[in-house]
Amino acid sequence: MNIVVCIKQVPDAKNVRLDPKTNTLSREGVESIMNPFDRHALEEGVSLKEKVGGKVTVLSMGPPQAEDVLREAIACGADEGVLVSDRAFAGADTWATSYTLAKAVEAVGGADLILCGKQAIDGDTAQVGPGLAFQLNRPYVTCVQKIRDVSENAIQVERMMDDGYDVVQLPLPALLTVVKDINEPRVPSLKGKMKAKKAEIKVLSAADIGAEAECIGLTGSPTQVAKVFSPEPHGERRVFSGSPEEQIEQLVKEIRGYL
Amino acid sequence: MDYFLTEEQQMIKDTARELSEEKIIPKRAELDEKNEFAADILKDIAKADLFSIFVPEEYGGLGGGCLESVLALEELARGCVGVATSFAANGLGILPVLIGGSKEMKEKYLPSLAEGSRWAAFGLTEAGAGSDAAGVKTTAVLDGDEWVLNGTKQWITNGGEAQIYTILALTNPEKGVRGASLFVVEDGDPGFSYGKKEDKMGIRASATRELIMKDCRIPKDRLIGRKGTGFITVMKTLDVSRPGIASLGVGLGQAALDEAAVYAKQRVQFDKPIISFQAVQHMLADMAIQVEAARSLVYGTAKHIDTHPKDMSKGSAMCKVFATDMAMKVTTDAVQVMGGYGYMKEYPVEKMMRDAKILQIYEGTNQIQRNVIGQELNKEYA
Repeated sequence: MNIVVCIKQVPDAKNVRLDPKTNTLSREGVESIMNPFDRHALEEGVSLKEKVGGKVTVLSMGPPQAEDVLREAIACGADEGVLVSDRAFAGADTWATSYTLAKAVEAVGGADLILCGKQAIDGDTAQVGPGLAFQLNRPYVTCVQKIRDVSENAIQVERMMDDGYDVVQLPLPALLTVVKDINEPRVPSLKGKMKAKKAEIKVLSAADIGAEAECIGLTGSPTQVAKVFSPEPHGERRVFSGSPEEQIEQLVKEIRGYL
Repeated sequence: MDYFLTEEQQMIKDTARELSEEKIIPKRAELDEKNEFAADILKDIAKADLFSIFVPEEYGGLGGGCLESVLALEELARGCVGVATSFAANGLGILPVLIGGSKEMKEKYLPSLAEGSRWAAFGLTEAGAGSDAAGVKTTAVLDGDEWVLNGTKQWITNGGEAQIYTILALTNPEKGVRGASLFVVEDGDPGFSYGKKEDKMGIRASATRELIMKDCRIPKDRLIGRKGTGFITVMKTLDVSRPGIASLGVGLGQAALDEAAVYAKQRVQFDKPIISFQAVQHMLADMAIQVEAARSLVYGTAKHIDTHPKDMSKGSAMCKVFATDMAMKVTTDAVQVMGGYGYMKEYPVEKMMRDAKILQIYEGTNQIQRNVIGQELNKEYA
């Protein structure tokens, strides 16, 4: 089975701060890590490969330093790393990113199964997985908590819901985005780390993947961030005091006033 | 402090630390409370290739030495000495095969042990043979093409969980220790079973159990090395393995220091963090001095052993004594720095203090280690 896992390098949320003036993420001195949800997608891809055979290719769009997370993925069992990197990709929104990744998946020879994390912890949109499936015209399921069964041309999964889960069967090739409950990612192995150190990371430019200039980067992005701000807390707040009985009495009185 | 580790050695240390942080620390309190063997964590350790560290490359290992093993053990012990003990006992079980086994025997056992798909244990101690290892009563008699073993081993780490056991038995009881031989007994061999499971004060994530051999029949070729060489191989094994126990002390001491220092910065009394009081600072300083001194001694000894010298007993015993006495003191002081909170199970240092005690006892009590050092000194100054 040919598996592509999409991963993103993100600032470590544990240490991230907002720049008070611009309200954007202050990345200075903040360590970059593999997006935590993507670690679960990678683990699922690698353990699926161990079960049914095949190859795991990890794919990332990002600046040259995103090569680090691809090496980390190889240390965790991926076979190959591909970095899609070009100044022309800068400023891409989720639409342009989905397009770019779709072109990259085609450029590496396609995939029977594409795995993504549910969302990235920096943008938190959860749009790129479904967007990529749309661009490739593939079926997809988001928030997968378990792969129940996989055959040559179909896959059966559990989609996490608020009150339980759905069982969904979909034909391959397909795309899944996964939640953290799906597995416990392994720690990179010693042999994996040694392999990762020597591995050659393939770097593909916009031209290499045949991306059209008007569809990528800022130009290809129908959405733009107009303003980032922390909303002012609004609404009236009142704190009741006294014994629990007294507080409840006050609350009931308050509610009655609205009725 | 920079110990000028090679890139590969640093990689081993980092991998073990990642395992500690991601797989061990989140589960250690529960394993301790439930007295539960950490099988899943050992599988994670296997997946990360740590079981292969000291197995030679020709048998599927990484071909590392004592220092590489010590680095991994230190970081695992920082997470939990119970888990690290299971991992260390596996190494102890393999060492006799590495030291005294034939090429065929190594080919048979080492690849699966390097993979971590099978685990090993070492069966020396008996009810009447602890510090006096020569008091072993288990016997092995050759009957046709098979050895027949009879006896009971006590307090065997990984007992009932490992698949491969190296067992010391007397093949010529009249000759005493010169009549002892080492054998490989496998899980499932006829006449081999497991007895009492121990309920321990500390290292509760490790399994400690009796091994019972009742007319246990094993093929002739399970003898490790030559007949009568068992005791020498055991002594050589312990010389190489003791720095491993010492490194458990270093990892544990470091973990206790980390907990105590973080706490001392946060805990406010008399309107100040308690780390600002000299009484607490001096305790932390002494802890840090002891941990670093032990680490230096352990790394230095491990490097010495990796040059395959003849005189390794003294250094090996010295680092075991120093680092494990240190761990007992430093964990006790960590509880003291943290006061009432340190004594409670919500914080990890009370477990660390319980875990520390065994380090002064197993793999040769610290009194026996001092005997070894004393005897060597007696020879040196002859």
